[in-house]
Amino acid sequence: MSEAPNYAWPAPDQRRQIGQSPSRVDGPAKTSGRAKYASDVKLPGMLYGVLLTSPHAHARIKAIDTGAAEKSPGVRGVHVISGAGTEIQWAGTEIAMVAADTEEQARDAVRKIKVDYEVLPHVVREEDLSRAAGRAKPAGERLVGDPDKAFQEADVVSEGQYGIPVVAHCCLEPHGGVLQWQGEQVTFHASTQAVSQTGSGLAQNLKVPAANIRVLQDHVGGGFGSKFSSERWDAVAAMLSQKAGGRPVKSFIDRATDLTIAGVRPSAFARIKLGAKKDGTIIAWQSESWATGGFTGGGMPPIPYVYTNIPNRRQNHTAVSVNAGGQRAWRAPNNQQASYLTCSAIEDLAAALKMDPMEVFAKNADYTPRPEVYRAQLAKAAELSEWKKLWHPRGDSGSGPVKRGLGIGINTWGGGGHASQCRTTINPDGSVVIEIGSQDLGTGTRTIILQVAAETLGLPMNAITLRIGDSTYPPSGASGGSTTVGGVSSSTRKSTMNALTKLYDIAAPALNAEPGQLEAVDGRIRVKGNPSRSIAWQAACRKLGTGKISEMGENNPRSPGGLNSSGVGGVEVADVSVDTETGVVKVNRFVAVQDCGMIINPKLARSQCYGGIIMGISTALCEERIMDRVTGRVINNSFDAYKLAGIGDIGEIVVHLDIAPAHDKRGVIGLGEPPAVGIQAAIGNAVANALGVRVGDMPMTPDRVLAALERRNA
Amino acid sequence: MQAFEYANPATLQDAVALLGARWGETAVLAGGTDLIGLMKDYVETPTRVVNIKSIKELGGMGKAAGGFRIGATVTLEELVDSAEIRRQFPSLHTAAANVTSQQIRSAGTVGGDLCQRPRCWYFRQGLGLLATGPGGQSLPAEGENRYHAILGNSGPAKFVSASSLGPALVALGARVKLASPKGSRELPVEQFFVTPSAEDARETALQPNEILTEVVIPAAAVRNATYEVRQKESLDWPLATASVALRMNGSSVASARIVLGHVAPVPWLAADAGKALAGKSITEETAAAAATAALAGATPLSQNAYKVQLARVAVKRALLEAARGRA
Repeated sequence: MSEAPNYAWPAPDQRRQIGQSPSRVDGPAKTSGRAKYASDVKLPGMLYGVLLTSPHAHARIKAIDTGAAEKSPGVRGVHVISGAGTEIQWAGTEIAMVAADTEEQARDAVRKIKVDYEVLPHVVREEDLSRAAGRAKPAGERLVGDPDKAFQEADVVSEGQYGIPVVAHCCLEPHGGVLQWQGEQVTFHASTQAVSQTGSGLAQNLKVPAANIRVLQDHVGGGFGSKFSSERWDAVAAMLSQKAGGRPVKSFIDRATDLTIAGVRPSAFARIKLGAKKDGTIIAWQSESWATGGFTGGGMPPIPYVYTNIPNRRQNHTAVSVNAGGQRAWRAPNNQQASYLTCSAIEDLAAALKMDPMEVFAKNADYTPRPEVYRAQLAKAAELSEWKKLWHPRGDSGSGPVKRGLGIGINTWGGGGHASQCRTTINPDGSVVIEIGSQDLGTGTRTIILQVAAETLGLPMNAITLRIGDSTYPPSGASGGSTTVGGVSSSTRKSTMNALTKLYDIAAPALNAEPGQLEAVDGRIRVKGNPSRSIAWQAACRKLGTGKISEMGENNPRSPGGLNSSGVGGVEVADVSVDTETGVVKVNRFVAVQDCGMIINPKLARSQCYGGIIMGISTALCEERIMDRVTGRVINNSFDAYKLAGIGDIGEIVVHLDIAPAHDKRGVIGLGEPPAVGIQAAIGNAVANALGVRVGDMPMTPDRVLAALERRNA
Repeated sequence: MQAFEYANPATLQDAVALLGARWGETAVLAGGTDLIGLMKDYVETPTRVVNIKSIKELGGMGKAAGGFRIGATVTLEELVDSAEIRRQFPSLHTAAANVTSQQIRSAGTVGGDLCQRPRCWYFRQGLGLLATGPGGQSLPAEGENRYHAILGNSGPAKFVSASSLGPALVALGARVKLASPKGSRELPVEQFFVTPSAEDARETALQPNEILTEVVIPAAAVRNATYEVRQKESLDWPLATASVALRMNGSSVASARIVLGHVAPVPWLAADAGKALAGKSITEETAAAAATAALAGATPLSQNAYKVQLARVAVKRALLEAARGRA
């Protein structure tokens, strides 16, 4: 028998698939519309579930009458979610769901439900902490070193206030699914980031064994951290399905509801004071920060970000509870906000020091966990952005109404690989099937699994059948925290290697060799170093007779065995132009230098960076959830009024992946979140550089830019 | 969306006969880019929808008696593609091209652009055209008004006219033709737009049983331009627009019409600012002075004073562009 396989990634010069850039395998299906998302699922007899939500931000339900709705045409069921006596804490709270034969009938019926509310006072805004009385919960002071003394010893002290509003995830496919409860079985066509996990919460809500829930998903139209758990309305849809004799119920919510209750990124505001020596060395940090993540407060940005070891610090943070829908993870939770707050303060300090911020960021890199990486990245970003040529001291922006500026942002993230299991089956006809209970968020997970399998088995990618998106497959982790590529690449590597080892045992006698002497290359099993002694893949598999090989492989996050690891950094430079007469900000160019581990597919890795940067530019220029003080509602609850950048607003993107032998040795590291962090920081700093004045609050809209200019000119 | 009867008449006569006498009973469908969304949100709940895209006489454009005629169902994309529009009416061409969604330009029509409902977010959430709260207070005035009116807002209407083409057409002195079962009538475009003072009133002069059939722009040699301050390159509502039309006498202005968009419940004709330009040539200084004059009466709400500056910039830049004579 063969010895234990060596799972290590092949050396760079021996890779045939890994490191190549095949286009994503589901690209043609997606671009042609053949790809079906859960929201495209249309089953025979399917009913449409529509939610009634609260129009009030804070209210008590006195009575609810569903009689007229139940008699409305086409209605098959009405389920009350928030009954009499319930205290509503945000507008959009689920009150009831109607299931009807058509969506239009369900919507008509929902409007016939009569709810008697006792309206209570609400607080929906947090940007002015002094007006959030009674809603603020201080976390207590954190003190490191002696900040008072350090500020006294500082040559320069700068102060500023910065803020990022609540933003929404804006998944193009809203939240929900198609649920069918027939007998003991519940089938859940989900829009999820967690095919293997999302059924367990649903099982608890429905009080059925988790084993009776099957989750299916081919594609998901965006999640960004907001689709880990099944929704309250998914469970209700399942109950309405059961009530309707097992007819499936579609539970997807509309855009207005999605922007109101399906998760948001918490806000973050801070007054930050920095003290430094003349040479730019930071010696003191003081911050009073506050944030809201909805009614339960929440959202505490980890500041100072990256520059974590500033020796003297005083920090106070306050969580504010507002009557608004709750937070969910949003692509690098809290890192975006922390990067913006920290990098803005450092850039303002550089201006006060009259120093080039590139120097100040580099000079203080010893406070970061990876000084050499950041210094090298700052230098590379400076080179790619033509920093020396284009950067200018604040206010020195030339004549004409349009001013240009450059600014820096910094990122970091963990990564690693989540727990993942994979099964590889090799059939006697040579066909290969890979099964993983994972999901492809649009990041290219399918493609990289096939690249790893093809690399290991010495087969072309199209000779391998991949099955994901079904909770009956071997369980694999939720896609969050940039852990998917590390997890599934490792489990696939191990599973395919284990299966191949079994095939070597079968093929070895025919080649007069020991199994350990064999390798799989170019569709053949051959003796290492002697390509003439080989047998075709199919011929080797035929020797299985009527049997087949089925082998598992597992990634254990606690012992990844060198296949994946954690911890990266990145530096970004934004190059913007600001029309000082209109306050309109345009991004000319965006440079991102990103540390990464072993890259399986450089094209997909770059795509992750492009996506993160585009998302970041959109939040920097346009995005904010606007709560109306008067009605307590999300007032911009449509894509007409909740502004998202379009492709014409993005400018040129330059991505430099830090591919190097030293990084390659660290194995696979996810790139989902890191490239999305630091974008707002870089753009905010570039705008400050262009204008000569800080626009403290994101997004950089004309009203905010003009207000800052007015302050400068006052 | 409430169930409705769909009518697809082939003649204008049949179409107007299908319309009801009261608002809300029936609705006219052309491109549908606005109406369908309003119906999905139950802001409009007609029981009959009358499609006018099958009525041939409502399409097409070209020279006609009294000037240049544009049929109501001409799409924004047809305007953009028209060499004649580009040459004679660059202000209109720019306004149509600035609707930076291929889908909306391809489906949306000239008549639909003029008749579309305001984008006020209170109105779109079903809180009424004037969006009055339970205590009679104005929701936009007391709430979120960053995109609301800075001119003509002393009454209960705080929304801004959403029309992209309206300002250019007012500046060019265009007229609209409206058909009803009783016949047809004509109005200058500036009289087509009205500021409602009651919740059951409308923001145009259109009657419930009338259809806007065409627009006629008078034949006259005017230099004209539109400048739009829009935050995004991609589809976005302008924050402020100015369309100007200049009748020149050599290098000086004989007469000028300056019209502001997205700053008032109607396209806002700044008549005095136009008059003050007469006899002057257009320079940075005269354009800036006209811009200041055009906004002199602005009464911004709590969050939208910045729009005064944006509107001034739009006027100045539109005047300079018109004077340069883009044609």
